[in-house]
Amino acid sequence: MKGSIMELLQPHLLLFMGKGLLVTLQIAVTSILLSFVFGTVIGVMRYSRHKVLAPIAGFYVEAVRNSPLLLLILFARFASGLKPVNSGIAAMTVFTTAVLAEVVRGGLNSIDKGQWEAAKSQGFSYFKTLRYIVLPQALRRMIPPMFSQFITVIKDTSYVWVVGVEELTGKGMIIMGQYGSTSQFFAIFLFIAFVYYVLCHLLGRMARALERRSILQTY
Amino acid sequence: MQRFAWFKWQALFHDWHLFGQGLVKTVSTSALALVVALALGILFGIMATAPWRGTRLISRAYVDVIQNTPLFTQVMFFFYALGHWKIYPTPLWIGVIGLGTYHGAYVAEVVRAGIQSIHRGQMEAALSQGFTYSGAMRHVVLPQAIQVILPPLTNQAVALIKNSAILATISGYDLMHMADSWSAEKGYYGPAYLAVWVVYFLLCFPLATYARKLEARVARERGGEVKAA
Repeated sequence: MKGSIMELLQPHLLLFMGKGLLVTLQIAVTSILLSFVFGTVIGVMRYSRHKVLAPIAGFYVEAVRNSPLLLLILFARFASGLKPVNSGIAAMTVFTTAVLAEVVRGGLNSIDKGQWEAAKSQGFSYFKTLRYIVLPQALRRMIPPMFSQFITVIKDTSYVWVVGVEELTGKGMIIMGQYGSTSQFFAIFLFIAFVYYVLCHLLGRMARALERRSILQTY
Repeated sequence: MQRFAWFKWQALFHDWHLFGQGLVKTVSTSALALVVALALGILFGIMATAPWRGTRLISRAYVDVIQNTPLFTQVMFFFYALGHWKIYPTPLWIGVIGLGTYHGAYVAEVVRAGIQSIHRGQMEAALSQGFTYSGAMRHVVLPQAIQVILPPLTNQAVALIKNSAILATISGYDLMHMADSWSAEKGYYGPAYLAVWVVYFLLCFPLATYARKLEARVARERGGEVKAA
């Protein structure tokens, strides 16, 4: 049975892949949560047209968005001195923050200026207007691009295998080193692809459901 | 700032030709991959809007599978899969195939959206005037759709250039690989990564800015028309 697909059907191999999936999720979820917070801050900074904050945010966004993620991941491996998983999370957070900042800014820009004027006339401060009037409305419009970026984050976690983090793809490659026949190779890659596919597809569905629900709430 | 000491920069400038070669590899791979992505994208984009269920399903499957799995995994797949069939292309061609199929799926979506933004009446009018389906597509619909397609297409080109750094993972001797291997050998990763960062920025930022300008123009000129269609 050497070299057959049946050879792959062992509990410890599935467990091995499962651990990889957990690492993938750990990296993805942590960097999504962190970049959601930082991205909102940077996006609001750039939107604010503040004399100092806006250019800083603009420089950050453009510098990061126009460079490859792999460069950041490799750079973080050396520069940060963190352990590989965390350097991966750091690099992905830096990158995703820049993308989400633009999503937030785009969402804010799509809100009519009249909302600001109306809120001001009712005595709302700048931050209160942002917090209670403008951001909640903008957030609904940000759902589709934001979730498409979340999907990208899940996919991009595969890059951290390059710095030796054993996530889903990495675990698959390790197994492949031991079970390397043609049929086993295809089975392993089909399995990896299937797991990513399910994750990303579910996220895409969630985005569409959320969007529908938020539209219903608007009217 | 020992990481960015002056003598390290001197070493970098001394070996500038290595980075020059890397840049040539990055640009040529990106250009070739863009051609593949455009070809696949236009083909599958048109298939997605065709009046035949079969072509729509095939297009849907291609876009769905490619967009929901990582580029890195796909490139690794091509890298090893072709070897199993005793085909050994150079890393450049694996990059072209991998990046081309990946971005082809995104271009297909862009083309589909572009075609669908053109009012259905245009196609109907052309058909009623005796155009064939492909004739109407070629002479009536696509020329109008191109204006809507161009800005997101330019963004895809930017994404493709950035993603071409994936060549570094298959010893592609591109910009990223040069920076990585050069700094691994010398230990001067600070200047190497920073310099390469600037080069990628100079490649991508003008294109991204151009895309934004095109976007603004389309929004201005077509305004509500896109949404209404």
